[in-house]
Amino acid sequence: MIRVQTDDFDVARELAALRAGNPAIGAVAMFVGLVRDINEGAQVGGMTLEHYPGMTEKSLQRIVDDARQQWPLQAVRVIHRVGPLAPLDQIVFVGVASAHRGDAFAACEFIMDYLKTQAPFWKLEHTAEGARWVDARESDQQAADRWAPR
Amino acid sequence: MMWVRILYFARLREVFGCGEERLALPSSAATVADLLSLLRSRGDRWADELAEGRTFRVAVAQEMAQLSTPLTDEVEVAIFPPVTGG
Repeated sequence: MIRVQTDDFDVARELAALRAGNPAIGAVAMFVGLVRDINEGAQVGGMTLEHYPGMTEKSLQRIVDDARQQWPLQAVRVIHRVGPLAPLDQIVFVGVASAHRGDAFAACEFIMDYLKTQAPFWKLEHTAEGARWVDARESDQQAADRWAPR
Repeated sequence: MMWVRILYFARLREVFGCGEERLALPSSAATVADLLSLLRSRGDRWADELAEGRTFRVAVAQEMAQLSTPLTDEVEVAIFPPVTGG
């Protein structure tokens, strides 16, 4: 299940949906990304997230499909918000259910690493000096590259 | 002659002052590389932002593309900065 939406999400509700009625699930790993009030040394009053409707959803689906090929997963949910967001707001939810924790942890981290480097989202930060587009980080690419086939 | 629909996102949309355009290409302009050189020939910010060595991404029909990726009539092309979601 993949959603790109402006609305907030409820982590407890997403957890309940992930594990609903499936006794084969022994582990759920979840990641929640949040808006911080400081980035690159500047006070951030908020941000606006842009995406590429159509391609973004396809890209997320491909990342989830890749994860399902590598680990035995019972359920996956990915939610990413777009539009204006403020510090403390939730940005992204990734939830992965599996029989065992190792697969759930790994798949959750894999999905986030690829989401950050592959899925077409862009952040416009609002600071006292004006708005600025966030640059991609080399460290995010290195995190994704760890998963490349060896 | 063929037509492509080009979408620009994030910083590039703002720099170009344009989110979307339709562009007629000579039939010899058959790849992403050809399209980029046509856009660069507009000069000014187009030449600057799309210069070789600048970092940007191109998607064709909503799939990440390379310079050699072929273009077809009425295909959707997107040009955007490296992504920063999550």
